Amino acid sequence: MKDFGYSISKGRTLNYDNSDFSLKKTLEHDVVSYCRCIGCGACASTCSAAKFTDFSIFKCNMLFRNAKYDELEQELSKCMLCGKCTLVCPRGVNTRGMILEMRNLIEKNKNNNE
Amino acid sequence: MNNFHPFVLPFTIGTVVLFIILFALFVKWLLQMDKTQKTTALKNIISFKTLKAVWEAVRECLFHRNIFRTNPVLGYMHLSFAFGWFLLIVIGKIETTFYSGTFWDEFWLAIFFRFFEDTSVTFSGSELFTQLMDACLLFVLSGIVLAVIKRFYSKIYGMKKTTKHTIVDKIALTSLWCIFPLRLLAESATAGIKHNGGFLTQSLGNLLVGLPLEHITLPLWWMYSIALCLFFLFMPFTRYMHIFTEMLLVFLRKWGVTENNQKTGYTNIELNACSRCGICIDVCPLNTEAGINNVQSVYFIKNTRYGTLTKEIADNCLMCGRCVQACPVGIESTLIRQIMRKKECFNNKDYYQYIPDKEEKQISEEKEVIYFAGCMSHITVSIPEAMKHIFAAANVKYWYMDENETICCGRPLMQQGLDKQAETLRQKNTEKILSSSIRTLVTSCPICYKSFTEEYHLPIEVLHHTQYIDRLIRQGRIKVNRSDIKVTYHDPCELGRGCKIYEEPRHVLHAVAELMNVKMEKENSLCCGYNLANTQLELEDQMKIRNAAINNLTAPKPDTVITSCPMCKRALQHGINVNIKDIAEIVDENIAK
Ligand code: SF4
Ligand code: SF4
Ligand code: SF4
Ligand code: SF4
Repeated sequence: MKDFGYSISKGRTLNYDNSDFSLKKTLEHDVVSYCRCIGCGACASTCSAAKFTDFSIFKCNMLFRNAKYDELEQELSKCMLCGKCTLVCPRGVNTRGMILEMRNLIEKNKNNNE
Repeated sequence: MNNFHPFVLPFTIGTVVLFIILFALFVKWLLQMDKTQKTTALKNIISFKTLKAVWEAVRECLFHRNIFRTNPVLGYMHLSFAFGWFLLIVIGKIETTFYSGTFWDEFWLAIFFRFFEDTSVTFSGSELFTQLMDACLLFVLSGIVLAVIKRFYSKIYGMKKTTKHTIVDKIALTSLWCIFPLRLLAESATAGIKHNGGFLTQSLGNLLVGLPLEHITLPLWWMYSIALCLFFLFMPFTRYMHIFTEMLLVFLRKWGVTENNQKTGYTNIELNACSRCGICIDVCPLNTEAGINNVQSVYFIKNTRYGTLTKEIADNCLMCGRCVQACPVGIESTLIRQIMRKKECFNNKDYYQYIPDKEEKQISEEKEVIYFAGCMSHITVSIPEAMKHIFAAANVKYWYMDENETICCGRPLMQQGLDKQAETLRQKNTEKILSSSIRTLVTSCPICYKSFTEEYHLPIEVLHHTQYIDRLIRQGRIKVNRSDIKVTYHDPCELGRGCKIYEEPRHVLHAVAELMNVKMEKENSLCCGYNLANTQLELEDQMKIRNAAINNLTAPKPDTVITSCPMCKRALQHGINVNIKDIAEIVDENIAK
């Protein structure tokens, strides 16, 4: 398990003008509960994958919102779909549906851009 | 004696084309089966199993016993069509054999016999045959009346939904409905002229005498022949394909062929064996509780067969197995769904490299069992805690394999068609399990249990904790007191319908409490709504399904509801107003000191 505590994240620069947010709209439509996430982190604290590596759903969410798809693709495949996160989420987010749909959308997006 | 008239041509062409298509399709599907399926089938062809298959084919394809069990009116409808038509052909053939003195007369003669019959020729039993044929016709017609009524009022069949039809289906259906009324009219008209009808056709023929029969008889026979032709030509592309495919399926299944991990010819045979009876629609909790009525097996099968499957239909299913249980044809639709969910684009990388390879710790002491709590048990910690107490009370030395960190068994990934990822997890777990020399694996999670028993091929014994506790009690290794609290038991989908474990938990519960029956139990138990196989369902709908399960469990007013799945427990917990416990917990509480 990761040590508990705080650390400072690496700085990020986002260029919103160059980002494509169409995928986010699709996800909002396909997995309606996606918008309910408040980033509380309950999912990450129970996550099976997070026991070994720094994986967390709200991080994925953030990457997705910021259209950082390359980085996100690596992240998403760390999930084991075990389902613990769905059962602990206080906001009833369909976390696994969200993860799978993100993967599908990114894959489709890649194919479209090729 | 001339037994030919051009009106037999449509029928003849239709029949020949039908059998050529059927033969071609069957050969194609059989060849498309994979190697293991072929060898299994070939190995068992010459055995008792073939005889058993014949019996089952007669029972199911002619008499439709399984449909009768679910729904007598619907069963009668299928029986009158299948068996009635079968009798018409067989008795008709016997009749013409007597009439023409040879079995090898023109094969359409039996179908259009009344038209060609030369009334001056007498043969033994001719009167009896005439009456019998009329009786069979009446039998089929009664089925048609029911079918027409069903089309318009499906309520009297106890079915809330009837399946939707494609255009091709509609043509086939209409021609099928026309065949027998047209036969009745044609035979009656002929009887009006030739007086060769039975109780039904002659009576109707006598009524028709006032009409210009010479002019309408022939057109009626033409229409009858064309209706047959249309039905035969369209049949291979419609639901009626099930009539023949179901028989093939019965044989293959009896020979031991099962669904594989790939779409094969056997999958195609299963897809084509669905009669679209719609029984699966009424048992599906997505339909009955959440009002989702376009994803059930029948629609899934139809769309897969015609290549119109969408992601929504494939993915929106709990794989609870209620439809498979109810299906009169026994189509393994959940397995087919798993195959159709395969996502090849995600099966080409290396996954989970972050999971450490080697176990530093060696399992040195002699231990009896490996305990694998499962992911879900780590959020319902009272279950592994109770198991620890039970192990201690029974003096069992065990290795708690996933005490600190757990990786998933891989089944949820399998169910979503992510085979490569699941395979990676299976390898990691197998390495870890086999790193010890312990020969028994006990798990608290039905999902893991199903995965370990069916997907892992482990060389050791795998038990679910209900089975293990049952064994400990039977062997007298733990002594329990029988408390007087009343309990009901929730059969988890994966453990019940999934692994057919119904008796062990009940035996354990009888030993520690007063077990009450609930309306829907064992094979008919309801899903808790949270089954991991579904990634489409939102919380609101999950809750509706869960509430139905809770109502079923709390109807007899128990003190406590018992389940044996950490996920079911967690799911049911939130909406229930009585205690809910895992079977391990109630046993732990009642261990005799
Ligand atoms: S537990 Fe639910 S609300 Fe909290 S971060 Fe995770 S998904 Fe979002
Ligand atoms: S399903 Fe994925 S994200 Fe959720 S707890 Fe399991 S591994 Fe973590
Ligand atoms: S899957 Fe089975 S129950 Fe459903 S319509 Fe087909 S034959 Fe009937
Ligand atoms: S497995 Fe369950 S949820 Fe899926 S179609 Fe069958 S009855 Fe419905």
